[in-house]
Amino acid sequence: MSDLLSVRDLRIGATIFPPGEAPMDIEIVHGVSFDLQKGKVLGLIGESGAGKSTIGLAALAYGRGGVRITGGEVLLDGQDILPLDKKGIRKIRGARVCYVAQSAAASFNPAHKLGDQVIEATVEHGLMSRDEARKRADYLFEILGLPDPKNFGNRFPHQVSGGQLQRAMTAMALCSKPELIVFDEPTTALDVTTQIDVLAAIKNAIEMTGTAALYITHDLAVVAQISDDIMVLRNGETVEYGPVQQIIENPRQEYTKALVNVRQTKQTEARDQSDALLKVENISAAYGNGVQVLHDVSLHVPRGQTLAVVGESGSGKSTLARVITGLLPPFQGSVTFGDEELSNAQKDRSRDHLRRIQLIYQMADTAMNPRQTVGQIIGRPLQFYFGKRGAERKKEVIKLLDEIEMGEAFYDRYPAELSGGQKQRVAIARALAAQPELILCDEPTSALDPLVAEGILDLLLRLQKERQVSYLFITHDIAIVRAIADSVAVMLQGKLVDFGPRSEVLNPPFDDYTDLLLKSVPEMELGWLEKVLATRKMESAGH
Amino acid sequence: MANPLAGVRATRHRLKETHPLSVLIAERLGLSLLLLWAVSILIFAGVEALPGDFAETYLGQSATPQAIANIRADLGLDRPITTRYFEWLGGVVQGDFGNSWASGAPVTEQITKRLGNSLFLAFFAAAISVPLAVGLGMVAVHYRNRIPDRVINVLSLAAISLPEFFIGYILIVFFAVQMGVATFPSTVYDNMSWSERLAAIALPTATLVMVVLAHMMRMTRAAIISVMSSAYMETAELKGLGAFKAIVKHAAPNAIAPIVNVVALNLAYLVVGVVVVEVVFVYPGMGQYMVDAVTVRDMPVVQACGLIFAAVYILLNMVADIVAIVANPRLRHPR
Repeated sequence: MSDLLSVRDLRIGATIFPPGEAPMDIEIVHGVSFDLQKGKVLGLIGESGAGKSTIGLAALAYGRGGVRITGGEVLLDGQDILPLDKKGIRKIRGARVCYVAQSAAASFNPAHKLGDQVIEATVEHGLMSRDEARKRADYLFEILGLPDPKNFGNRFPHQVSGGQLQRAMTAMALCSKPELIVFDEPTTALDVTTQIDVLAAIKNAIEMTGTAALYITHDLAVVAQISDDIMVLRNGETVEYGPVQQIIENPRQEYTKALVNVRQTKQTEARDQSDALLKVENISAAYGNGVQVLHDVSLHVPRGQTLAVVGESGSGKSTLARVITGLLPPFQGSVTFGDEELSNAQKDRSRDHLRRIQLIYQMADTAMNPRQTVGQIIGRPLQFYFGKRGAERKKEVIKLLDEIEMGEAFYDRYPAELSGGQKQRVAIARALAAQPELILCDEPTSALDPLVAEGILDLLLRLQKERQVSYLFITHDIAIVRAIADSVAVMLQGKLVDFGPRSEVLNPPFDDYTDLLLKSVPEMELGWLEKVLATRKMESAGH
Repeated sequence: MANPLAGVRATRHRLKETHPLSVLIAERLGLSLLLLWAVSILIFAGVEALPGDFAETYLGQSATPQAIANIRADLGLDRPITTRYFEWLGGVVQGDFGNSWASGAPVTEQITKRLGNSLFLAFFAAAISVPLAVGLGMVAVHYRNRIPDRVINVLSLAAISLPEFFIGYILIVFFAVQMGVATFPSTVYDNMSWSERLAAIALPTATLVMVVLAHMMRMTRAAIISVMSSAYMETAELKGLGAFKAIVKHAAPNAIAPIVNVVALNLAYLVVGVVVVEVVFVYPGMGQYMVDAVTVRDMPVVQACGLIFAAVYILLNMVADIVAIVANPRLRHPR
């Protein structure tokens, strides 16, 4: 069988603008080759910066920003599309090769109806009449499991949910009956329970339409459900390339092995969870617009242990953290820290109370002043809480830098010069500088690549052992909960649905929602998706 | 519900759910009226606080305490300030700005002609500057970070950095004095022909254009660049749409709101900011009228001019707000 897409020794370059230096040309993809047959799915997997999106876009002869394809061939049905002129490449894009972006919310034009955008390329390329295209769109909305498929196209992007938008984007890609679709992390931004639906919809649509696909993701468990072959990429080079079964069950390279084995349990659960450091009792809170986000939430964090708060976006986990810090005073309930009840509002709390609770945010990027050096960022709490200055302060900062495994060399660096993982480490050091008893961690690893996130989790656990600090760890990732939590709180729509020691919450008998959440987490196992969908069908038939 | 306000609030909340657009526009209208009323108080109080007195200025050397008191009584200045304010406000609401103290003629009549002249000037300045600014903004985007973009940026920045009276005098020196191709002063009369009028306002128009151009141009450039770098423009390109089609269909609807906003702001400036330019060019518009009235402490005229300027400013900003609201699909089509 002949290959639909054949990439030969692909080289991609970019121009970077280092601050204070002349622009530089660098190579970001160094000679990658692969073949994809009609109707097959190839998974491209790797960390950010591995070049997977760049390679995916090369299948449309497109370079994002200053990115240029500098060498090699991209053969579509035997024809090299790289030398084509603008007009020639336009005939391929949106017609024979389509693209599904990570953020459908940003990729749909807010000013036009979904239906018009879904059929636009198909009509524009003259592949179908407007009516035919509409009919096909309705059909696609249906097989993708969108609600009210006949009228779905009349809605605007802001009128539907994130998971629906992602499926609408898949419909947009499928509409012109392309030979190849590039899926660029289509489920990464979704909640797990939504991800599984979208994943199933995409898989079903690929099978029903017989299109081939490049599926780009950083989540090996996801790609294992949908691909025939997998290519593991790192720093723009192929690490390992082979059939999905071999990659998952018998990886040959060390890097692939690390990816497959990521997220092992790290911590045995603490036996005694009775010594509560933080107690939250009957908290109800609302934002200024009158919408209530927390309903009567009660839980506690034991001293020197980790409470994981899990839930999907909108479940109120971050709001809970805001209530604990006093940024959002609740209208009912109390927060007790040690033996003292904390004031509801942050401005009424003593400096010592503020010091004892610190925060680590999801986006270390936006949580640091880009114009301050690492030394200033970590030194600030030392000065603010303990009045340390000058050489003494510097000594403390360097000690903290050693503790987060970065060292003195970073003292004068600016945040922009750090990697994502390093920034998060600096944020941790800043929290530690205050010598807190409790650190609220708001999804500190969800913006990081799996292996980098591993490092951060290891660091947090080590610091907990050394300093007896408690964590309230907010996450949507069950695997992290399994790895680090002593106790678990599950939240749904502002209510606490389950709370207790990890071994109780994560083992049967389950709360219904906890069960759904647990079953939705992709597992590194072939055929997992089918198995889950089959159980779901059986359950709904049984009810 | 015990609290009657709660009922109103609930109704408003419900209306906002079903007709967010109408509620928002009605809110803007109400706020504008409230603002205008507040401005009328400020103007009246400000004029009251001005040093100097009409009677003294008017009588000059022959000012005796008795003559001053007579004139003050004639004008009703001996009555309390609140009485005079509400009397004035009552007239204004009906379109009557009172009589000029200096000439005794109704202010409304005089001001209509002056306002017409000012709007005439502002209209031509707008007719030239808006298309020019938007056009140059697009050119700047097209040649982004290259020579034409830089030249446009530097020149427009230079123009905005100079005060308008300075630009005015420089234009007069070059075009009227040295080259002799332009008319100065720019005074217009009732019996002037159209071509004479246009020739007369050439220099003040040019001055105004230079003052407002840079701001609109830079905002246009920024708005288009921000829209062009959005993910949906990449989607359009990856759909195989041509550049022109993508811009018209996908970029334009999203760039309109910010551009209209800055255009409205500058139109307001054109009408209000003409004061200085009109004085420099001796143009018989509202600005000149107001400055003359301040000199002789002719308070009804000053108040009328101030209020009209404020009204124009508020009106244009309100229009910009409403356009931005209407252009937003989230408000046009609620969930």
